[in-house]
Amino acid sequence: MTIKNVSEVEFGVELPAFVPDTTLDNVKRFAIAAGWNAPRFTDHEAARKEGLPGALVPGIMSQGFLSAMIHHWAPSAEVRLVDTVFRAPCIVDQTYNINGVVTDINEDTGEVEIDLTVTNEAAETRVFGTAKVIIPT
Amino acid sequence: MAHDPSQPLDVDALREEFLNVVFDEYELTLEADMLADYAKSCGEIAPKYTDPNDSDFQAPPTIASSFQPKQRYPDGFPTFKGLGMDAGKSVAPARPMRPGIPISAKTHMHDIYTKSGRSGRMVFFVNRMEFTDPDGTFLGSADTSIVIREKPQE
Repeated sequence: MTIKNVSEVEFGVELPAFVPDTTLDNVKRFAIAAGWNAPRFTDHEAARKEGLPGALVPGIMSQGFLSAMIHHWAPSAEVRLVDTVFRAPCIVDQTYNINGVVTDINEDTGEVEIDLTVTNEAAETRVFGTAKVIIPT
Repeated sequence: MAHDPSQPLDVDALREEFLNVVFDEYELTLEADMLADYAKSCGEIAPKYTDPNDSDFQAPPTIASSFQPKQRYPDGFPTFKGLGMDAGKSVAPARPMRPGIPISAKTHMHDIYTKSGRSGRMVFFVNRMEFTDPDGTFLGSADTSIVIREKPQE
């Protein structure tokens, strides 16, 4: 079910989880579009030479995934804040879940607060944060 | 000026000298195809983010996090041994950014604060970029936090 009106939002509800495309091709596409086309994001071998476990999903791409998850759930939501902490790297070609939980609702203004996480297949949190969105009243 | 790592940073003095002073400013213009690629690669599906022909086409809301100042710190700011770590990013869109419209990007140091733990003190520097259109309308802001870990004092 997609959300059209803030009155449909329930406190504590989990947003439908979203599995983003973290393939090397897609991350390259993002990196070029963002102007972040560095080998550490687009080349596993080059990233390993820098001491990294593999090519990294840019943190700003994780923010984009989180925003996309919100729009899948509430297409008319206007994102007003995405505040993230990058606790551990996300690696290209690995599987991640993008998760959100509603933690506050203001039915008068339409502002909804959502706790955000990016977790790996071991359910370890790699990125966490908060979003504030406006949903029509 | 290089910071002596054996000495704690004087955070109050840094705040007094550097907070809220614009140290970097430039203009940028967004291209429609790049915005659509940015949005689609993140998983956006709404035409207003993915289709440059949509009447309401605009940048995805977190785009401002991808912009970086040309200069990372203010002139005269201490330099540190080793690299600071990226402690997080926050983006606060206020109005849509659209392709072809020049955007002014100004950066200032928004906050300097500390947290202490068993392994010593960590100092956080928060740079804020603010964006306006040619009419001066505020489009949003993006914060980048960098953390430096000080050695524990004996």
